[in-house]
Amino acid sequence: MPRRTDIEKILLIGSGPIVIGQACEFDYSGTQACKALKEEGFEVILVNSNPATIMTDPEMADRTYIEPLTPEMVAKVIARERPQALLPTLGGQTGLNLAVALAEDGTLDRYGVELIGAKLPAIKKAEDRELFKEAMQAIGLEVPQSGYAKSLEDAREVVRRVGYPVIIRPSFTLGGTGGSIAYNPEELEEAIRWGLQTSPLGTVLVEESVIGWKEFELEVMRDGKDNVVIICSIENFDPMGIHTGDSITVAPAQTLSDKEYQLMRDAAIAIIREIGVETGGSNIQFAVNPDDGRLVVIEMNPRVSRSSALASKATGFPIAKIAAKLAVGYTLDEIRNDITRETPASFEPTIDYCVVKFPRWAFEKFPEADQTLTTQMKSVGEAMAIGRTFKEALQKAIRSLEQDRWGLTLDKPLADLEELRAKLRIPNAERAFVIAEAYRRGIATQDIYALTRIDPWFLENIHEIVEFESELQRAGLADPVVLRKAKQMGFSDRRIGELCGRTELEVRKSRLAQGIRATFKMVDTCAAEFVAYTPYLYSTYEEEDEAPRTERAKVVILGSGPNRIGQGIEFDYCCVHAAFALKELGVEAIMVNCNPETVSTDYDTSDRLYFEPLTLEDVLNIVEKEQPLGVIVQFGGQTPLKLAVPLERAGVPLLGTSSDAIDSAEDRERFSALLTSLALAQAPCGMARSFQEAEGIAKTIGYPVLVRPSYVLGGRAMEIVYDEQDLARYMKEAVRVSPEHPILVDKFLEDSLEIDVDAVADGERVVVGGVMEHIEKAGIHSGDSACALPPYSLGDDQVERLKVQTKALAKVLGVVGLINIQFAIKNEQIFVLEVNPRASRTIPFVSKAIGVPLAKLATKVMLGKTLADLGFTEEREIAHIAVKEAVFPFVKFPGVDVVLGPEMKSTGEVMGIDRDFRKAYVKSQLSAGSPLPTSGKVFLSVKNRDKRAVVQIAKRLAEMGFNLVATQGTAKVLTRHGMSVEVINKVAEGWRPNIVDLMKRGEIALVFNTPEDGRARKDSYLIRRTAVTQNIPYYTTVDGAQAAIGGIESLLKSELGVQSLQEYHAGA
Amino acid sequence: MIRAALLALADGRVFRGESLGAEGEATGEIVFNTAMTGYQEIMTDPSYKGQIVVMTYPLIGNYGINDEDVESRRPWVEGFVVKEASPTPSSWRGRRTLDEYMREQRIVGIQGIDTRALTRHLRDHGAQEGVISTEELDPARLAAKAKAAPGLVGRDLVREVTISAPHGWDEATWDRVRGYREPAAARFKVVAFDSGIKRNILRQLVSLGCALTVVPASTAAAAVLEQKPDGVFLSNGPGDPEGVPYLVEAVRALLGKVPIFGICLGHQILGLAAGGSTYKLKFGHHGANHPVKDLATGKVEITAQNHGFAVDPMSVKAHGLDLSHVNLNDGTCEGLRHRELPVFSVQYHPEASPGPHDANYLFNRFVDLMRRTKGG
Repeated sequence: MPRRTDIEKILLIGSGPIVIGQACEFDYSGTQACKALKEEGFEVILVNSNPATIMTDPEMADRTYIEPLTPEMVAKVIARERPQALLPTLGGQTGLNLAVALAEDGTLDRYGVELIGAKLPAIKKAEDRELFKEAMQAIGLEVPQSGYAKSLEDAREVVRRVGYPVIIRPSFTLGGTGGSIAYNPEELEEAIRWGLQTSPLGTVLVEESVIGWKEFELEVMRDGKDNVVIICSIENFDPMGIHTGDSITVAPAQTLSDKEYQLMRDAAIAIIREIGVETGGSNIQFAVNPDDGRLVVIEMNPRVSRSSALASKATGFPIAKIAAKLAVGYTLDEIRNDITRETPASFEPTIDYCVVKFPRWAFEKFPEADQTLTTQMKSVGEAMAIGRTFKEALQKAIRSLEQDRWGLTLDKPLADLEELRAKLRIPNAERAFVIAEAYRRGIATQDIYALTRIDPWFLENIHEIVEFESELQRAGLADPVVLRKAKQMGFSDRRIGELCGRTELEVRKSRLAQGIRATFKMVDTCAAEFVAYTPYLYSTYEEEDEAPRTERAKVVILGSGPNRIGQGIEFDYCCVHAAFALKELGVEAIMVNCNPETVSTDYDTSDRLYFEPLTLEDVLNIVEKEQPLGVIVQFGGQTPLKLAVPLERAGVPLLGTSSDAIDSAEDRERFSALLTSLALAQAPCGMARSFQEAEGIAKTIGYPVLVRPSYVLGGRAMEIVYDEQDLARYMKEAVRVSPEHPILVDKFLEDSLEIDVDAVADGERVVVGGVMEHIEKAGIHSGDSACALPPYSLGDDQVERLKVQTKALAKVLGVVGLINIQFAIKNEQIFVLEVNPRASRTIPFVSKAIGVPLAKLATKVMLGKTLADLGFTEEREIAHIAVKEAVFPFVKFPGVDVVLGPEMKSTGEVMGIDRDFRKAYVKSQLSAGSPLPTSGKVFLSVKNRDKRAVVQIAKRLAEMGFNLVATQGTAKVLTRHGMSVEVINKVAEGWRPNIVDLMKRGEIALVFNTPEDGRARKDSYLIRRTAVTQNIPYYTTVDGAQAAIGGIESLLKSELGVQSLQEYHAGA
Repeated sequence: MIRAALLALADGRVFRGESLGAEGEATGEIVFNTAMTGYQEIMTDPSYKGQIVVMTYPLIGNYGINDEDVESRRPWVEGFVVKEASPTPSSWRGRRTLDEYMREQRIVGIQGIDTRALTRHLRDHGAQEGVISTEELDPARLAAKAKAAPGLVGRDLVREVTISAPHGWDEATWDRVRGYREPAAARFKVVAFDSGIKRNILRQLVSLGCALTVVPASTAAAAVLEQKPDGVFLSNGPGDPEGVPYLVEAVRALLGKVPIFGICLGHQILGLAAGGSTYKLKFGHHGANHPVKDLATGKVEITAQNHGFAVDPMSVKAHGLDLSHVNLNDGTCEGLRHRELPVFSVQYHPEASPGPHDANYLFNRFVDLMRRTKGG
C-alpha cells in the first residue's frame, strides 16, 4: 500500500518535559517522525511544551506549538489547525494519554480527526490491565494471576487467591509510578494506599509475583498489511521486580535457546495482532521462569517507548521513523533500509555485537530517598555501550556513566559480609559492583545467584572479569597477550592502571607501543551480510578496522553522555545543532556520545556517529583515527569540558574559546582578578582549606553564606548556611575539607534578583541572545528556578547594564562561541555570580524564544565565520514573552522534601509563551503539571520573614473570591489585617482534622508554604509532600506565589489562547 | 591451557585464534550464518555437510547444549567458528558446554577470531574453501591446503548424509512442558526423500497427520509409487543439486503422478527435474531473518534460510513452474508452484528450527494439496 493521499495535515503530540520515565527518547522519536512525515510531503503540526527538544525547532514541523499538553489546550490547536489525523504513538505515555482523552471527550470526532497508528480500542486494550489480561487469555497466553482493586478490601481478596508477595500496579501511570511490591499485610496496606492515590482512575492491579524470573522484552513492528517483524530482543540483567528502566539491559537476548526465543516471538506477534495495533512499534515484556522456561506476558506498550529508542540504537533500525511511515500507509516492504540501501525494512535486524544499557541514578541529590530498586523507575538517565562481548560492553557502559568509576569497583568499601549479602539480596544501584566484590571475596556463583536471582550466565561473565583483574595484576603491562585480552574484555586504560600501579596515560603509551589499538566496527542491522552506507561505529579490539577513511575537513563534537540532573537534553540539543551547522558549512560532523535516548545518537544527525564512552581514552582513540580539524567541547555540558585540558595536553586542537579562558572563568582566584580588572562587583568570598578558615571567612563576610566544595560542579552539596552552628553541621555532614579539597565560601546575597544572560561572541563582536529574569530570588539553583525572557520587572537601564557587563566579560575572555553569565541584583547593584564560557542549559529556551539558533551560530563562529557574516549583529527584540519553569521528580521519591535550594533537583523544563507575562506564566505552570485554580480554598503558611508579603498575597486572593485557610501564626497576621481566615490545625499539634487531612480530602485548591530556613523546616514537610502526592499546585517561595496570583488574575479575565512559534517569530 | 588454532582460506587470508572443541584439522567451504540463536540445530543440520560454519553473532554457547535441539542423528558441520564460546552456559535445559559437545563429537573449531572481518571477507570475496587446524600452524602451508581442497560444485554430498534403509517417524513438534509430542492421527501417507532431512520437517508432517516413510535419497520413483503415497516430500540437503542426478531423475518420474512438496535442496531438485537450471550464489543465504514475499498474497514472511545454490526462475517458466515466492533482499527465487500439477516448493525453511515460524503454513498447504488430490 503506498502513502495515503486522503490526509494532508497530521498532528503530532510530544511528551513534554523530561521526567523520570520519559526522557529524550521521545524527542528522538518525535524528531524522526517529523522528518519522515515532512519528507513524505505532509503538513506537520506539532505540540510540545518542552523547548529543549529538537522536534520543537521551527524547521522540524510546519507549525510548532510550544503549549501546555492538556486536552483543552491541544483541542485549541486542533480547532485552529484542523488536522485530518493525529499520530498518538510517538509522544510517550503523555502523548498517548492525551490522544485517548481527546478521543474520549469527543474532540477528535468533532473536528473529524482520525487516530492513525493505533486506534482507541487498541490503546485501551493494551493499557487497561483487565482488558489486556482477557485478550491474552483469549489467545492462549499466560499472564501472572491477578485481580483489580479499588480498595484495600479488594486487594486483600486478591491476595487470598494468589498469595504473597504481590505486585501493585496502578492503572494508567507513567514509568511505574505508584507501583510497589508487598510481602505482608502491612506493606500491602501502604502499597495500596499509595497505588490508589497515583492512579488517575483510582484502580490498581494486584498481581502474582514473578519476582526473580528472567525478564525479556521484544520490540515488534506491524504494518497495514499485517506484516510483523521483531526488531530487537532485550534481556534484562536484573530479574523481574525491578523496573526495566532501572535494570541493566542487554541486547540481544543471551540465554534463550532458539526454541524458547521462537515461542516468545510467536507470542509477541499474536499479541500485537490481538491487541490490534494497526501499524507501528510496540514493546512487549515477558517473564520466564528460570526453572522450567514457563513464559508469561507482563505488559505491552502500544507505542514507541524508551526500549524502542534503545532497540533502534542497538540495531541501527530506526523504529520511530519507520513507524511514522507505516502510519501513513506504507508497508514494511515498501520502505528501504537506510543502512544497506538495497534491502527493505521488512526484515529482522541481526547483530554481531553485544549491547549493554546501564541506568544512571541521582540518589546523591535525594539522600532521604529509598534507594531500593523496585517496579517504579528511579533512574534519571542511561548509557549504552557496544562491544563484541558482553564483558566488553558492560565495562564500556560502566565508564560511560561518568561516575568516576573505571571498572567493576565499589565506591565505598562494604562493612562486612552481612552488608555484602544484603546488597546482593536487595536490589540497588550498586549491585553489579557488589557482585564483583562478592567474587573477589570468593563467594560462589550459585550463592550469588540465590541472593540476586541474576542469571548465572551474566554472573559468570562478571566472574571472568574479576579473575582477569588478578591476571593483570600479575602480568602488569609487559605481556602483550594479556594486555590485548584485557582490552578485548573492555578494561579501560585507567582501570588497568589502577590494577598495575600505573597512570592511564602510561598504560595507553605502553599498549600503543605494543600495537594494541582500538579498531572500529559498524552497526549495520545485518551482521555484515550487506554493505553498509551509514557510518555508525563503535570501538573494540579486533583485527580489522572498518571506519571509512575520508579526506574531507572534519570536526568532532563531544556529546553530553547519560542524562543526569543538571545535564540533560539541553546539551544534546546544542550538540545536534553543532552537527547541523557543520553540515551546512560542508564540514564533516563527527558525533561522539553514549546516550541512546538522544537525537545526537541518531545515525543521520551527523555524518558519522561514534557510539562511545566520553572518556579521555575513548575520545583520543577516535581523534587519532579521524585527525579532525578540531574538537568542540563547548556544547555537551561538563562531560566534554572536563576533557578539554587533558585533550589539549595530548595535542588535540579545541575549537572556540580557549581552555585558558575557560580556566580563568572557573579558577576562583583568576576569576576574582578578572572581575576586579573590569571593575565589576562580586559577592564577598573566600576559599577555605580547613574548618577554622571557613569560620573565619564567614565571620568576615557575614552570614548567611553560600558554601560548596570547589571540586564538584552543578550545585552538588551547595548550601546556604545561616550561622556558625549550621556551618559546623555542614562541614561535618556534607563535605570533607582539606588543603587538596578546599571549600568556597561566598556571601549569600539574600533577597537579590537573579538573572541569566546568554550571548554569542566571535572574538570581536558579542551579541546577547537573551536576558532572563528569575522568578525566584537568589538561593535557588538557576536550573530549578522559573525565569522570564525578556525580564518582566527589571528596568531598561538595568537590562542595559547587564548587557554591557556581559559584553565586557565576553570580550576580555576572548570568547569564541557561547557564553552564559549569572548575575544578581541587590539594592540596584549588579553582582557577577558566575561566568560560563560555554553552552548553558538555557540555550534552547532562548533560541526558541527569540527564534535564533544560537548553538548553530556559535558553531559557525568557532569555524571562523564572524557574526557579521552570519547576519546576527543585533539583539533580537521580541514582542512576546517566554517563561521557563522547572519540573521535579519528587513524586517518585517518597520521603524527600520538595523545598528548593542551591542544589539542582529538577529533571526537565517547560516553556510558556504568550504576548503577556502573566499568561505565559500560567502556561508554564500548566505545562509543568500544576494548573492554577480560579476558585476554592487556598492554604497559606509562611515563615516569619514572609509574614509581611503574605498579607498582600492573601488580599489579592480574597479579592478574587478564594477562601483562605491558614495555621494559627499566619492566620493571626491575616486577621489582624481584616481578612476572614479559616484556622486549621498543624499536623504537629496533634488535633484532627489537620491541614494534611484537608488536602487529602481534596478541599485545598492551592498551597503557599514558605518553609523556615535550615533546621526548622521539618514541621511543614508533610504539607509539601502531600501537595506533591495529591497533585495540588504549591509554591514554596513568595516570588512564585506572586507570579501565580498574577497568573490567576489573568486567567479570570480571559481564556488562554494558542499560537505557533512560526507566527510569534514572523511577528517579532 | 589455551591451545592455538589457525583458520586459512583458499585465497590466502589467515586468522589466528584459539582451539574450540576437538583438536585436529577440518576442511570445508566456509559460510557465515547470521542467526543469533539455534547453534545446536545448525550444527546438526545435514545441509551443512562439507561446510565450516562461522556464526556472526559473537557469543555462542550461552544456553549450552541440550538433549532436544537436534535436527538429525549427529552434528554435520565440518568445522565451527565463533568469536566467544561460553564456558559457563545457563539454561534449564542445558546439559553441556559447546566445547564439551564439540570434543565429544570430534568437531574441530576455532574461537577468538575477528568473525566480522571473516564475514566481510566472505561477503566481498565469496564463499570459499577453508581449513581450521590445531596442528598445522604455519599460515602459508595451511592456506595451500585450503586452496587444494575440493569445492562443493558438482559433488554428491547427499550420499554421505542420507540413510541406508527406509524408516518411519513418530516424534511430533516440541512443546515446553511435554517436550516432543505424540503424532496426530494419520490421515495421509507421505514418502519423504532423505537427502539430509531435518527432523523438524518430519515433526511438522507427523503433527499434521502424515504417516511417514523416510527413504534414502537414491530410492527410485517406482519404489516410491509402489507405496501408493498421498504425497511425496523432497528434503533439504547439502551441496550442489547437480551432484545428485539420480534424485533429479526420480523426481522427474514422479511429477504428475503424486502431490510433491520440496524444501531447499528439494526445491532445487524439483527445478532441475522440471527442466530448469540452478546456479551458485556468491555467499549464499544462511540465517533466520530473510524477508520473503508470497507473490499470491503480497505478504512478507521472515524466513530461515540455508542454501548456497538457487534455481533460475526463468529456466523453469516454460516447464510449468511459476515463481511463487521471492527474496526481498536480492530478488532471488524462493518458491515455485506448478501451474497445473499439485507440485510446489520453497527455497527456505518453513520448518524453521532454528528460525521464525512465519512460513509454517506451507505444511498445511501440502496437506490441503494432498486432501484435494485425494478427494478429486
